[in-house]
Amino acid sequence: MARIAGVNIPTNKRVEISLRYIYGIGPKNAKDICERLGIAAERRVNQLTDDEILKIRELIDHDFRVEGDLRREVAMNIKRLMDMACYRGLRHRRGLPVRGQRTHTNARTRKGKAVAVAGKKKVTK
Amino acid sequence: MPRSVWKGPFVDGYLLKKAEAARASTRNEVIRIWTRRSTVLPQFVGLTFGVYNGKKFLPVQVTENMVGHKFGEFSPTRTFGGHSADKKAKRG
Repeated sequence: MARIAGVNIPTNKRVEISLRYIYGIGPKNAKDICERLGIAAERRVNQLTDDEILKIRELIDHDFRVEGDLRREVAMNIKRLMDMACYRGLRHRRGLPVRGQRTHTNARTRKGKAVAVAGKKKVTK
Repeated sequence: MPRSVWKGPFVDGYLLKKAEAARASTRNEVIRIWTRRSTVLPQFVGLTFGVYNGKKFLPVQVTENMVGHKFGEFSPTRTFGGHSADKKAKRG
């Protein structure tokens, strides 16, 4: 068990993989971290020395924005758009797609699960 | 892909003149503009523009946050209040 960047406890997977459990660290950043600290790709987290874990922790604290900080930044960006009353902000408020996608069909990720509309006739044949 | 930096922000020429004139005259008047494609520049902060949405000039009070966005973003061209049966729809 290794705690890095607060709450994250990656398992006995390869370092490059388990770092991705941290919000804000994806494939690219995970690879960069391993390369910069000279940790071989096939090493696993439970094979790391305490010193190496400490180094990873320091590097992430120093050079990356992760977890709470990152989430806050994203939320602030969205809030800024909403407060400005610009088109993108309005779409965020409405919970509709922001980047011009169609809403006639699809867009279920933003709109949530489909809800049956009362009184709407079913198309038959 | 974003616009090349070396080109600078896009603004229709007449808008600059209008804004300057508005700055010079101390009266706080809504500047009517059609150029929804123009970028909001830092020197527009504090002015009020009436941005045409195809029907009306919607007043837009320019704040610092808006710099870098286009005027059209602040003047919606479509009206949609939601469906009649839709109870959870919120007004934007």
